[in-house]
Amino acid sequence: MNILGEIVFWVFVLLTIGSSMVVVFHSRIIYSAFALLFTFFGIAGLYVFLAADFLAASQVLIYVGGILTLIIFGVFMTTKITTLSIPQLTHHRYIALIPIGLVFYALVHMIFKTSWPVNVLDVGPTTQMLGQLLLTKYLVPFELASVLLLAALVGAMRLARMFREAD
Amino acid sequence: MHCLDSYLFVSAAMFVLGLLAVVTRKNAVSILMGIELMLNAGALNFVAFSRFSTANLDGHVAALFILIIAAAEAAVALAIFLNLYRLKATSEVDKANLLRG
Amino acid sequence: MYLRQFAVGALENSNIDNIMFQLAIYILLAPLVAFTINIFWGKRYLPRGGDWISITAIWSGCAFALYMFFTKVLGNYDPNYFQSWQFDWIRWGDYQLRIGIALDNVSLIMLVVVTLVSSLIHLYSTAYMKGDPKYHRFFAFLSFFSFSMIGLVLADNLLIIFCFWELVGLSSYFLIGFWHEKDSAANAAKKAFVANRIGDVGMLIGILLVFTAMGTLNVTEVIAGVAAGKMGGMALTIAGLCLFCGAIGKSAQFPLHVWLPDAMEGPTPVSALIHAATMVAAGVYLVVRIFAILTPEASLVIAYIGGFTALFAATIAVAQYDIKRVLAYSTLSQLGYMVMALGVGSYTAGFFHLVTHAMFKACLFLGSGSVIHAMHGALHHIHSHDDAQDMRFMGGLKKYMPVTFITFLIATVSLSGVPLTSGFMSKDAILGGSLAYFMMHPQHWLLPVFGFGAAILTAFYMFRLVYMTFFGEFKSGPEAATALHESPRAMTIPLIVLGALSIFVFYSFNPFNPASGWFSTLNPQPDRAYEQLQAVAAHDTHAEAKSHDSHSKHEAVEKAEHNDSHGTVVESHGEEHGEEVHATDAGGHGGGHDVHHTAHLIAMVISIILATLGILIATMGYYWHKIDPNVWKKRLGPVYLGMYHKWWWDEIYEYTFIGGTKLTANILAWFDGAVIDGLVNFVATIGRFVSVVHGWFDLYVVDGLVNLTAWIVGIFGRFTRLFQGGQIQRYVLYTIALVAVFIILKVL
Repeated sequence: MNILGEIVFWVFVLLTIGSSMVVVFHSRIIYSAFALLFTFFGIAGLYVFLAADFLAASQVLIYVGGILTLIIFGVFMTTKITTLSIPQLTHHRYIALIPIGLVFYALVHMIFKTSWPVNVLDVGPTTQMLGQLLLTKYLVPFELASVLLLAALVGAMRLARMFREAD
Repeated sequence: MHCLDSYLFVSAAMFVLGLLAVVTRKNAVSILMGIELMLNAGALNFVAFSRFSTANLDGHVAALFILIIAAAEAAVALAIFLNLYRLKATSEVDKANLLRG
Repeated sequence: MYLRQFAVGALENSNIDNIMFQLAIYILLAPLVAFTINIFWGKRYLPRGGDWISITAIWSGCAFALYMFFTKVLGNYDPNYFQSWQFDWIRWGDYQLRIGIALDNVSLIMLVVVTLVSSLIHLYSTAYMKGDPKYHRFFAFLSFFSFSMIGLVLADNLLIIFCFWELVGLSSYFLIGFWHEKDSAANAAKKAFVANRIGDVGMLIGILLVFTAMGTLNVTEVIAGVAAGKMGGMALTIAGLCLFCGAIGKSAQFPLHVWLPDAMEGPTPVSALIHAATMVAAGVYLVVRIFAILTPEASLVIAYIGGFTALFAATIAVAQYDIKRVLAYSTLSQLGYMVMALGVGSYTAGFFHLVTHAMFKACLFLGSGSVIHAMHGALHHIHSHDDAQDMRFMGGLKKYMPVTFITFLIATVSLSGVPLTSGFMSKDAILGGSLAYFMMHPQHWLLPVFGFGAAILTAFYMFRLVYMTFFGEFKSGPEAATALHESPRAMTIPLIVLGALSIFVFYSFNPFNPASGWFSTLNPQPDRAYEQLQAVAAHDTHAEAKSHDSHSKHEAVEKAEHNDSHGTVVESHGEEHGEEVHATDAGGHGGGHDVHHTAHLIAMVISIILATLGILIATMGYYWHKIDPNVWKKRLGPVYLGMYHKWWWDEIYEYTFIGGTKLTANILAWFDGAVIDGLVNFVATIGRFVSVVHGWFDLYVVDGLVNLTAWIVGIFGRFTRLFQGGQIQRYVLYTIALVAVFIILKVL
């Protein structure tokens, strides 16, 4: 189990990082979008390893089922067939590598230098506890989030209608 | 066995890749994808800390909220891109330089 | 001990106390809710302009206040009753500002007074303001005022008291200027606001002084702090006087008294609410709250200001013809009494007079409103444009308005200090206090003179008012008299209630000894923090002297000196204690008690004589017509003129402060016009000459420099323009770079 689990874990890690690199570096945007799908799956797998069952399911449902679909729609609606193969990177990509590399270095440095407090959570189903948390401690943020979603829904429809009316 | 550090490393790598996408990609949708990567990195961080460091489910709740925000953000952002496309006949953000000094 | 235990945290208290807290919050917030509803939706959407919302809010508040009063004040019957609920309002660092509600006997009694008078006035206003185009706003503002006043009463923190204090000022501005179409009302409102602000600046300075010294503003903690010696001497005197400045403004004491008579421009219910029972009482209430921290010096100043105001306002009231102005000056005078009482250390008497005065003065104002209401109708009937408030047009009204007359008479008798009334008891206690103070400190003989002088004048002008208004013939003609009528029931019921509350029985069962009543028992004099400190210091000196006790003769002499000094300290302490010992205190205080007791007996006899005398003179002059007031006006000459013109204080302020400001402005304007402009013109002439000379220089040298500068700036601009691509991504990149640099520098 241990060895097998370890192998599966690293497969997920590689899947996640590899597909995110495709997302970032591939010159054709539709490839990027589909690579994003694998990234999201990889994250969901990592959630499973973290004993976050509910989150893993939501990740697949919402990111893969919802957000990614939206993004792919966006790609279809804003990309002409003729522009599919133009370079997708701006000209300052090499300059950008320097500060971003520095940030990455700093992050990794901090991750491995800090001695994080250790309190391991018991593995078990989280859905019920999450529901309780959402309706007690986090009730107000939860309600606010629902209001935010509603506002985003209405706002997005309004923006899209502007687009149609202007035509 | 994999531990907190490995998750944090994955998360850091994803975050930096997302950042790179945001800074270097021309297409607005690609930038949105970069932002999604960064958000996912953050959520992964939360969940990892929740599992190994704080021993409660608050991190999971935070990740859920990130999910919600990401959904809202994607919807609004795509609506804005549609308008940008309509206005400039492109979805490349470096054409949207009305703020140019 | 004044340092009481206080309960912290509503949840830790027992069940009944929790209810008290919730009731207090309800009483506070109900009027605010009513205000919000009425101000926004009152006119258009609510029947009757939403007055029923305000009335429900304040009447339910009054009922709860009475419940709290009966269970906590009369139920406990504990002079040291004190409860508070606090919560963190602001935390910064290790400092936390806790605010909350404090309930003790003083605040609960005050709460009952405020809600009771306020609810009666709400009821009264439904009839008095009927048909006014801004009816709904009036009720909204009444609610707002009630909210501010209740908050002021309940707050346990000087800062919160100050906030509500300002809210009270603001709402009184709205109410005084309610008929702002009239210039006089708008000006009166402005005057009240400005005069109050002057006092409030002083109060704010006082609060800051206290905060600087103590680091807290909670009243209980401040008193404890003074007792612990954190602040004393001159600083405490100054802080006390600064806080008292606020009371000077709000209670319209001598230098800032000018706003209150003008504030009579507001509707009469407002005069009754603000200028009789509540707002002006706020100043006295503040002094009651901070009584324990006042030093003897500060108290003396307070006593003199109060005493002077009492006499001085009474003399003005004698010569006024406007019925509301007489009452306004009478209010000034009575407030002076209260302040004087607190100054001479008669804490209970001052607060007692505040309560009784609130009742009978509200009754008087509402009665005058009833009269004005009737006179207005009558004068309107004969199409006369005479002033409906001028007593010279009234007379004989008792026949037409019996209820108003009887209640007005009861309140008048009470205000004049006739036995068997509440006013007699409280005023007598004050006069006794001032007399006792005089017996202790014979050099301050002026204080009882102020008090007794004001007493006789009070009796005189109040009966003059009654005779001119209700007795004799109606002076606006028989035709107008046909239109006179008693006011509707909504106006007479408050009069009856308030009139009844002017009778002694509600405060003490023995009309000649208020000290035996519940009021005096439950509101004993608090120990002055300053004196506690002194006592401790004296004790220390004593102990030191004992420790010095040794064999050497030299030291023996020293010891004797110590003992001497100790003796004097104790003596003065005993003396000061004596002057404040109330008659209720069960003996044990030696001479002070006797002096006080004697003073009270003497004061009672004198005050009865003086009240009778004042009433007699008024009766001779205005009822039997044995004395012709006009002859006396001539005889008194300039004195009468002074009284009639309110001792020209308005004019003095007009010429000194306002005129002074204008004069300064004019001088500055002249200076600006003649000197500065002249200089400028002169310089301009020179400049013109010089500029011709410099023309060529400019053309060749300066322009060259300018162009050079422009060129450099242009280069620089072109360089910085590189960074302003208008592309968000670039900006993000710059940000990331900066963040990276910071992280590298700080963390690694």
